[in-house]
Amino acid sequence: MLVKICTEQFDPWLEAQNYQNQQKAMIGKFGATSIFIGTMRDFNDGDAVKGMTLEHYPGMTEKQLEKIIAQAQQQWQLIDVLVVHRVGDILPNEPIVLTAVWTSHRGDAFDANRYIMEELKTKAPFWKKERLLSEHERWVLKNTDGYQP
Amino acid sequence: MSIKVRYFASLKESLGRSEDTVEFSSAATVREVWRCANPEKSLPNNILVAINMDYVDLDSTVNDGDEVAFFPPVTGG
Repeated sequence: MLVKICTEQFDPWLEAQNYQNQQKAMIGKFGATSIFIGTMRDFNDGDAVKGMTLEHYPGMTEKQLEKIIAQAQQQWQLIDVLVVHRVGDILPNEPIVLTAVWTSHRGDAFDANRYIMEELKTKAPFWKKERLLSEHERWVLKNTDGYQP
Repeated sequence: MSIKVRYFASLKESLGRSEDTVEFSSAATVREVWRCANPEKSLPNNILVAINMDYVDLDSTVNDGDEVAFFPPVTGG
């Protein structure tokens, strides 16, 4: 299990691949990998967005993410979990978050990853501040409903 | 006892500072920590609170050396 906070741009595909390659103990054991990647859009709430800054609470962020993963481990049969989250200044099309879950079977992989991501959205202390095309800055006040189509 | 108070994001901006230190001579709750640090500002709606990086409610009791954090709803991911 690994939680990683990045201050620089990261490649989520490479992160997942490298992590999987390093976990020699799970070779031959996992039959399902569920990967979620959150990427910055260039629009929000009807406005064009040119960039944003992600603030976090160092220490508490890692502690809460580790707690979320531990809760997922109690509910599903998980072989391994990787969570990578970006902080600092971010531009549209750059990845914000990666959650990857390795399990024996697909159900646990899908369900645990969804749980980890939804919990992250409400418990992990990160805050987004958007820069609009107009140069106006605004804090994002709430998350969108993750279950809306 | 001494309590370190931290603020984040829009709350930090509106207060104009990121932390305070408050002193109490007897037991205090998180709500009292806010009142002591911000006597002229009421607690914002929907505020989240943590003691030593774990979520708590406003009636939780603080201990000497605790770090109490106040912040708005989180929006990561």
